[in-house]
Amino acid sequence: MEKSLLAPGHRACAGCAMPTTIRLVLDAAGPNTIVVSPTGCLEVTTTPFPESSWCVPWIHSLFENASAVASGVEVMLKRQKKDTNVVIIGGDGSTFDIGMGCNSGMFERGHKILYVCYDNEAYMNTGVQRSGSTPFCAQTTTTPPGSRSKGNPRPKKDMPAIALAHKVPYVATASVAYPVDLRKKVKAALQVDGPSYIQVNAPCITGWSFDAGTMIELSRLAVETGLWPLAEWVNGELAGVKKIRRPKPVKDYLEIQGRYKHLFKKNDCGDQLAKIQAIADANMAKYKLVD
Amino acid sequence: MSQINTANMKVVEGSYAVAHAVMCCKPDVISAYPITPQTHIVEHLSQMVANGELDSEFLTVDSEFSALSVLVGASAMGARSYSSTTSQGLALMYEVLYNVSGMRMPVVMNVANRAMGAPLNIWNDQQDAVGARDVGWLQIYVEDVQEAVDATLQAYKIAEDPQIRMPIMVCMDGFVLTHVYEPVELLDKELASQYLPAFQPEKILDPAKPITFGAFADPSTYTEFRYQQFDAQLKSMAKIEKAAKEFEETFGRHYGGLVDSYFADDAEVVIVTMGSVIGTIKDAIDAMRKEGKKVGLVKVRSYRPFPVQALRQALKGASVIAVIEKDVSIGAEAGLVTDLKSAFYNSKIRMPIIGFAAGLGGRDITIKDIRKIVDKAEAARKGIESEFEFLDLRTEIL
Repeated sequence: MEKSLLAPGHRACAGCAMPTTIRLVLDAAGPNTIVVSPTGCLEVTTTPFPESSWCVPWIHSLFENASAVASGVEVMLKRQKKDTNVVIIGGDGSTFDIGMGCNSGMFERGHKILYVCYDNEAYMNTGVQRSGSTPFCAQTTTTPPGSRSKGNPRPKKDMPAIALAHKVPYVATASVAYPVDLRKKVKAALQVDGPSYIQVNAPCITGWSFDAGTMIELSRLAVETGLWPLAEWVNGELAGVKKIRRPKPVKDYLEIQGRYKHLFKKNDCGDQLAKIQAIADANMAKYKLVD
Repeated sequence: MSQINTANMKVVEGSYAVAHAVMCCKPDVISAYPITPQTHIVEHLSQMVANGELDSEFLTVDSEFSALSVLVGASAMGARSYSSTTSQGLALMYEVLYNVSGMRMPVVMNVANRAMGAPLNIWNDQQDAVGARDVGWLQIYVEDVQEAVDATLQAYKIAEDPQIRMPIMVCMDGFVLTHVYEPVELLDKELASQYLPAFQPEKILDPAKPITFGAFADPSTYTEFRYQQFDAQLKSMAKIEKAAKEFEETFGRHYGGLVDSYFADDAEVVIVTMGSVIGTIKDAIDAMRKEGKKVGLVKVRSYRPFPVQALRQALKGASVIAVIEKDVSIGAEAGLVTDLKSAFYNSKIRMPIIGFAAGLGGRDITIKDIRKIVDKAEAARKGIESEFEFLDLRTEIL
């Protein structure tokens, strides 16, 4: 295997899906790539001055402006007639929430930029606070369960649909547990003459609370339960989904994570489990995940 | 200032004159969001790009925050970068302002100075830029359209100097200068190119030589980043003077370097201020001089870096100083008067310094107002009654 473009020695946690995801993305994109990252775990774990894990040109500016910064990079590449990939790699906080204005602008202006969101479903860098990506009932430090709370009261924001509403020509969901699929999607996205968006399921060991050795298995379960459909949209049309051979109940996915343990402590949370199962069932039907 | 060759002058709108100056600077990337009274500048630039007169990438973005963020990426690619904004737009950029200066990106931006809301007010004062005095950008304040034109070209020369590499705001009073039609000598493109050679960036995002921009710094290195910015600002004082001198050699015009003076040498009462109110003050001084009053003016052209030595030199003979400024530091005094007092505290020069917040939210400052301020300054020589006040406060509506 060729040397990774993300050098070892970074400070990410053991069992974190983020560096694995980034390595897969960079493997597919290759060295002729400029990466723009917002503030977040990726930035702080890979660039403690004067060290850097990045073997491609990399720039971080602020939490919410990666898409605008990348737009400036991309117009200069076009001006210089250079065929270099521009890839944004950011977490869900910057992607779903604080960076939404800049993301919308970048999508709408049609820059040739691949946006990869490593989605760990909360603000992990600041200590596991709820984001717009946090799923229904998940415990975070700002959606703690209590006598009046069963965790996050809202469903996850549908970011791929937001990208599609901007007529982004290539949109996909992916998972760290499906590396061949992820690499294929990155390569497909980079062929597109315009913006593209890939949202990767990337478990966070401290935020989701699981055994480090089960990270890949956990992300695979997210797919196999129907909670994280692997899909691909080309020019606005659903172009492919990963079929599930033997769908698993959401309970299998939820019960091995600390962020859902409150659902299993008392018997009165059966309603919540049923509601989460209903989300998975709706995905199964919408994407025809099971033959 | 020096004489202008009137034969080459044209009557144009201030915003057009500035846009023409920007065109002569040949920026690679322009990124801006419309906000009154900056709009005409970017509209003219858009038309120049549309007509093929200006070969720039012009990005029409979703906010001022995005506008300046685009220039972070462009500048990291080695672009000569330009934006323009004002007031609320500058406030929305605030986070990026620190980033651009922290990453030592020589962006130039015309700020069409305007009041800050609430209450909403689109008219001129300088609260927007003075409020951003600590973000690391150099700030040049101009007195008329011609100086706005000339300072814009000079700004790139200073910003892109390898020893400086700092962003610059060229601050021009909104409406008063952006929307006025007055005779201006537009820049000659050839001369502008001679004066301002192509930008030579040292470090860029390049796959052939990958480097990391915007790493995080812990307590063991953060102070040194700040120190280097501070040091660059201090060094930029000589560069500002040099850029003005070289500009005079090329174009024959000079508006002062760090500061400029008008009848200040023998003056007893000296007014210190920034921006377009200087025209009114000069008229008032002319009238008062005829009456035998020893009144003068010192214009602060560079507010950041703050030219302590140049101001001590220019003001050492004054018996009393009256600072007129279009901003307030709510709960204290105001930017310029506070900075000026601090410039004198450790010197042996002593005179009363009083401050006036005037022209806020676009209220006119008249010759009568200037006379009133001079009277108050003369009275302050015998004892200061009020260190700082709001000029012409309408107490009847309070």
